[in-house]
Amino acid sequence: MSPLDLLVALPLAFMVASLLAGRRQQWLLLLAVPVMAWLSVWLLILPGGSVHAVGGWELPLGILLRADGLAQLLVPATTIAASATGLYALHEFAPGSDGRDARAGTFWPLFYLLWSAANAAFLTTDLFNLYVTLEMASLAAVAMAAMGSVRAALRYLLVALLGSVFYLLGVALIYSRYGTVDVTLLAGLAQPDFATALALTLMTGGLLVKAALFPLHGWLPPAHAAAPAPASALLSGLAVKIGFVIVVRLWFEGLAAAATPAGLHLLGGIGALAILFGSFQAIRQDRLKPLVAYSTVAQIGYLFLAFPLIAGAADPSGAWAGMSVQAVAHMIAKASMFLAAGLMLEAAYGTRVADLSGLARAMPLTVTAFGLAAVSLMGLPPSGGFTAKFLLVEAALRQGAALHAAVMLVGGLLAAVYLFRPLAVAFSGATTPAVALKAPLRTAAPLGLALVAITMGFAGNVLANLAADAAPFASPPGSVAAE
Amino acid sequence: MTAFVPLLLLVLPLVSALISFSLPARFAVWRDVANLLFALAKLALVSLLLLQVRAAVDSEWRYQFLPGHDFLLRVDSVALLFVTLSAFLWLVTTIYAIAYFKRGPNLARFFGFFNLCVLSATGVAMSGTAITFFLFYELLTLATWPLVVHKGDEQSLRAGRIYLIYTLAGSAAFLAGILWLKALVGSIEFTAPPDLSAIPPLTLVLIFALCVGGLGVKAALVPLHGWLPAAMAAPAPVSALLHAVAVVKAGAFGIVRMVYDVYGLQTVAELGLGLPLALLASATILYGSLRALVQTDIKKRLAYSTVSQVSYIVLGASLAGPIAAVGGLVHLVHQGIMKITLFMCAGALTERLGVKTVSDLDGAGRAMPVTMAAFTIGALGMIGIPPVAGFVSKWYLGMGGLQSDNGWVVAVLVGSSLLSAAYFLPLLYRAWLLPARTDVPHPAELAGGWNRMLVLPAAATALASLCAGLFAAFPWSPLSWATLIADTEYFR
Repeated sequence: MSPLDLLVALPLAFMVASLLAGRRQQWLLLLAVPVMAWLSVWLLILPGGSVHAVGGWELPLGILLRADGLAQLLVPATTIAASATGLYALHEFAPGSDGRDARAGTFWPLFYLLWSAANAAFLTTDLFNLYVTLEMASLAAVAMAAMGSVRAALRYLLVALLGSVFYLLGVALIYSRYGTVDVTLLAGLAQPDFATALALTLMTGGLLVKAALFPLHGWLPPAHAAAPAPASALLSGLAVKIGFVIVVRLWFEGLAAAATPAGLHLLGGIGALAILFGSFQAIRQDRLKPLVAYSTVAQIGYLFLAFPLIAGAADPSGAWAGMSVQAVAHMIAKASMFLAAGLMLEAAYGTRVADLSGLARAMPLTVTAFGLAAVSLMGLPPSGGFTAKFLLVEAALRQGAALHAAVMLVGGLLAAVYLFRPLAVAFSGATTPAVALKAPLRTAAPLGLALVAITMGFAGNVLANLAADAAPFASPPGSVAAE
Repeated sequence: MTAFVPLLLLVLPLVSALISFSLPARFAVWRDVANLLFALAKLALVSLLLLQVRAAVDSEWRYQFLPGHDFLLRVDSVALLFVTLSAFLWLVTTIYAIAYFKRGPNLARFFGFFNLCVLSATGVAMSGTAITFFLFYELLTLATWPLVVHKGDEQSLRAGRIYLIYTLAGSAAFLAGILWLKALVGSIEFTAPPDLSAIPPLTLVLIFALCVGGLGVKAALVPLHGWLPAAMAAPAPVSALLHAVAVVKAGAFGIVRMVYDVYGLQTVAELGLGLPLALLASATILYGSLRALVQTDIKKRLAYSTVSQVSYIVLGASLAGPIAAVGGLVHLVHQGIMKITLFMCAGALTERLGVKTVSDLDGAGRAMPVTMAAFTIGALGMIGIPPVAGFVSKWYLGMGGLQSDNGWVVAVLVGSSLLSAAYFLPLLYRAWLLPARTDVPHPAELAGGWNRMLVLPAAATALASLCAGLFAAFPWSPLSWATLIADTEYFR
């Protein structure tokens, strides 16, 4: 037994159980949360780089699950974000509440499916297996998006399928060229030839669609903005990270040989554009949820902006940690913000930012959660977002990449422009809307997540060391030869 | 034991903030009691530290918060100058704020952020590394924004927006500057100035410009001062706090740290950065005074006066001589107690007499003699008339200017004094010598507990600024402490 396969298998088991459990399905969560939390702690205490061959089949035949630093950060963060979102959804998707039976019946299986897909994607090193997780995630995400807007979901589905096709093409090329699709094996085999470069390009293109990197982000804002709050939190927090992690596995490990500086800089440049474009779009939004959704487009940009910084650094651990912490901090903070936004919009008169007036008095804890999540997204101290951006800016300045540093700092300022606007409106107004506190858990979930995002600002050292543990650059080919 | 004292200084306002946030409105009395008790406790702790540091025992607390970055709190004599000021004024402002707001709405929020603001200012003071300084500097921005928009009307929201744009852009520049420098030298600890000799001068100048430009926003150096007059939309206790203790002081204090503890006087002199900074400060001093002259709104006039006065601190640092340094450091304290007096008086006058513009002041001296007496002491101090504290600062700055062969500084000081007289004396003339307005009934100034709490804090700080000037040569005066700093830290 290993936590690695349980982390993937148990959510799937919960999915099946929830399909069978009928009207009592939402209570499964009360079992799932402690079990997954325990597994996450188990994962954390494993030595970095621990591997587990599924079913005892060793490579190259079997499938490898591996707990490197990045996975050890992302999987527990997924547990935290998914648990809090689930607890929030207990009330929203309970059968019998406001005739939401049908939606409740679909939400819980999708919830566990996405959870399993995310854990699998963070732990797997097998490219084909990763394809399966991508499809699982897309299936769950599209269905969740459809709970809000079928139109947006169909658009999401088409784009996601297109992305999958490109990715699969790339995987096929790799398999025909090297006879294996395991990242750890490919790391030793890959050659910087045309076929490899083409495969890398195809796969990256497909994944960038799923990760919603500008300019392939078009499907994200309508889908994330229309979905119910818990679904938005999962889509923005978890789903987009899956594509991103696979890109990281390809560029820094499996096909690192074919990752040219030009390609890395292209990704970094696109990331920079994403930060600026997403921020400007968020500033332009009138309504709260599209604003938060465009903020995701901007925050994804930081993840890819880190690529050339990792590759160009003499000691990549700083930039690598910055990227990893950014992925985690965004996951937690954005989930918190979407959940808080859901509560705020329920209490507000309408969906626009201007309708939020007086809410700081009516629901101080929820507005606090929104504010603390905003602090992290803006990259202000103390918060996980600050730790991440601080490490990235420092890495950029160390290698003289002043432009990258400037984009990140400006991105933080733009985030302040769009995130302080809803806060200012919430603080304004003479009247206090009457808010009925329906379920304390729904207030506690975003607040708890926001506090985690803030706490990450105090634990920067721990997070950075964990991220660098068993990172791809930690064992360059030279050290293997020395053994 | 001593290692935890700096931490305790932060924990006190944090606990007080959490209590304020969580107590519901019906326990407002307990909130007030808790705020006062914690303010008193901090003052007691600071008094203890004063004895300790005077005996040259510094206490510090350190932990690594990111690889290669230390979070360092350190109480030395420079830090303590600022910490003492903030502890004293925190107590005074708390009393005043309780009386000012009485039982108004949203006070849990107000006192919560108020405490966080004091926490940040204390942290800024005790920061031992540039990164630690930045953390608290940024936290200060976040903690003061809800105070600026406290009223929630259109004007406050606009003020809050302007405040954020200025200060966040400033901190971003500052962060870029210190990270750039850190990438070159490895570590920026204030007590162990980095070795800058290997870095090209142009880079050093650029980094200095980024840092001082970023800090200059909060210090309200022209042309980065625009947020400060706008922030006048905030309630009077907030203005008092912003102007006297927290925000502008954090900026000025940061510039002092940059000049003395990061670059060091010698490097600043070699790079030729002292003179431009002194000129910028002088320009700010004169410009602020000129703008103050034409304001008819009393709070606006006081705001531009702050723009002008805070630059004395920067001027003191930029002149790079022991006497000017003393003048700048002591003004950090003197400006604080004088300006908080003026703002608390202005708030009380608005509250009780409806005084907003200059012409409303007619005869206010007869209606509220204690308040106007305190206001008068503060105003005379700002002009620089002995024996109020402001005179001491100006004397040292002038002497410092002469000592460092910058005789023109004396002209700037004289000009600024004349301008200050020109914008303060008419207020005093109106209040004391013109007949009172007939449309407002004379309130009983000190009747009832609320009114006493509104007026007496200003009287206390006025008395303090008088004493700081009268007894400047005595031990434990701000001047003697500033001299101690200059003798033991900067000009050994």
